[in-house]
Amino acid sequence: MEGTVQHAVESESARLAHAAGRAARQPLSTVGVVLLLTAAALIPFVVSSFYLLQFTMVVITSIALLGLNLLTGYNGQISLGHGAFYAIGAYTTAILLEQTAVPYWATIPIAGGICLVVGFLFGLPALRLEGHYLALSTFTLAVATPQLLKFHALEPWTGGVQGIYVSTFAAPPGVPLAWDQWLYLLSLSAAAVMFLLACNLLRGSTGLAITAIRDNPIAAVSMGINLPLYKSATFGISAMYTGVAGALAALVTQFVAPDSYSIFLSLGFLVGSVIGGVTSISGAIFGALFIQFVPNFADQISKAVTWAVYGSFIIGFAALAPTGIAGFLTTIVRRLGLYSKAHQGPVPPLPRLGSGFELRKRSK
Amino acid sequence: MMDAFLHQFLSGLANGSIYASIGLALVMIFQSTHHINFAQGEQAMFSAYVALTLIKAGFPYWAAFVLALGFAFVSGMAIERLIIRRFNRAPVLTVVIVFLGLLFIINSLAGWLFTYNVQTFPSPFPPGLGNRFLAAHEIGMIAVTLVMLLLIFLFFRYTSLGLMMRAAAYNPDASRLVGIRVSHMLALGWGVAGAIGAVAAIMAAPIVYMEPNMMGGVLLYGFAAALLGGINNPWGAAVGGFLVGVIENLAGAYVVGTELKLSVALIIIVVVLVTSPAGLFGRPIVTRV
Repeated sequence: MEGTVQHAVESESARLAHAAGRAARQPLSTVGVVLLLTAAALIPFVVSSFYLLQFTMVVITSIALLGLNLLTGYNGQISLGHGAFYAIGAYTTAILLEQTAVPYWATIPIAGGICLVVGFLFGLPALRLEGHYLALSTFTLAVATPQLLKFHALEPWTGGVQGIYVSTFAAPPGVPLAWDQWLYLLSLSAAAVMFLLACNLLRGSTGLAITAIRDNPIAAVSMGINLPLYKSATFGISAMYTGVAGALAALVTQFVAPDSYSIFLSLGFLVGSVIGGVTSISGAIFGALFIQFVPNFADQISKAVTWAVYGSFIIGFAALAPTGIAGFLTTIVRRLGLYSKAHQGPVPPLPRLGSGFELRKRSK
Repeated sequence: MMDAFLHQFLSGLANGSIYASIGLALVMIFQSTHHINFAQGEQAMFSAYVALTLIKAGFPYWAAFVLALGFAFVSGMAIERLIIRRFNRAPVLTVVIVFLGLLFIINSLAGWLFTYNVQTFPSPFPPGLGNRFLAAHEIGMIAVTLVMLLLIFLFFRYTSLGLMMRAAAYNPDASRLVGIRVSHMLALGWGVAGAIGAVAAIMAAPIVYMEPNMMGGVLLYGFAAALLGGINNPWGAAVGGFLVGVIENLAGAYVVGTELKLSVALIIIVVVLVTSPAGLFGRPIVTRV
């Protein structure tokens, strides 16, 4: 009996090591990444300023989705409330710019840091909740956000219902770029740093621990992983990503108001994350493209029922590509035999998210 | 002082009856499929629009009420058979976004068919029914909800169809072995849940007014009710609904003011979940390692 358990744990850990290694070698190889970055860096010089703004939002949203992927895809915790961290990031930037002399670029890491702490603290009680229960308690966080931002006691800082205008800024002296080109490149650099961080995080033993908790919390604990610490820390890191995205978005939109951070923002993040491919890093980019461009496309199909078209797209994607666009592309590439031997292996499955009704008594 | 308190308490019960119905509808679907139907509120809203359209076309109130319930029942079954069934084996996350997709679709269709304008909805209860604590509609709302709960209880407790539905939710494999068509029972469950939701929306409409987003807040309280009572216990969800209504109203009146009513109710729920994750009446399920 003991032997069986040990064997099970061993094969589990072998599987996890394999899975984590695979995560680190995502479909995008180094050459691909360099090409993609170069292409992305050329965008501000070839597209009109209308499209540039949209691409800036794609880059920013992809940072937020990456945070959600780390939490939901790799750690197995569903969040329907990441819009709240986006809001905290945005308001941090807006308030700092309005009330202090902090330079605009420095507000971004500060926003990230604040979200890291808030996310970690929110993660602590949320530890006890799994699956649907966690989804719903984060859902309440998202619903409460606009109300809290409007709360009159906070009005000296948040500006209440009116929101805050974010003062605009120019590219640093000597850089021959327009404001929007500079902002795009700033966002792109931030995204590059954040994506690199995520890859490194997942490649190491930390990443192994994070995915092990998703796949089998009990085996993970028995192998000496500090479950509460890792789960809360993942929540914090995930919130940090979303906070950084929120801060950048505030600089782009130059305005923050409570109603921009409604529950639909959080739901949109989850949709983008799942449709892009929640257990992948590249999925964050596909998801961001979906969120930014599919509603416009739906609007062109039918002005009257735009959101019905959008909803049908969501259901269609869920039916056709259950592992997200990233998983779908991986499958196609593998079918065509374009993969090297090192990349062979099953498509990463969607995480089993402690199906909600299994409230493990000893999940701590 | 006491009168004011009683007034707040009773009108909390009235709101709670709406939350209880939505919570019950959510739990019914959760019990048989382990999915949380994020589109429940939108389905209910659409059925309320059907009722309103019928009333405007000259149907008597209660005839429109029954027809709208029938519509909710059939459309609930149709959604299960045509869409949700295909995602039976899909991971939780995929199912969640399918429900979100449905939410967008129904909301958008309602806005297109019935416009986004805010409309009033008639109340069938004579104003004379009201007293110094409760308005007529609030009393009627509580009564209708209680009657509905009683009917549902009788249905599940004393009819063989109700027994079959419970069996199918409780143990699908064993039910199949004794000849119950589990998939039919599932569709039926969706229909009943849809009808319960429709009752909630039609009762809520005179208070929150008709518009495509009317059920957003209500759905949230329905979740809260279901979680508070224990998501695997239908009667717990009903009691949870009344509790949430009362807590919300009393906190709004005496503690934080109406501005933060929603947030406070939600914080209480998170606290309950963290201290007793199975809800007040739910049974914790211990899994074998």
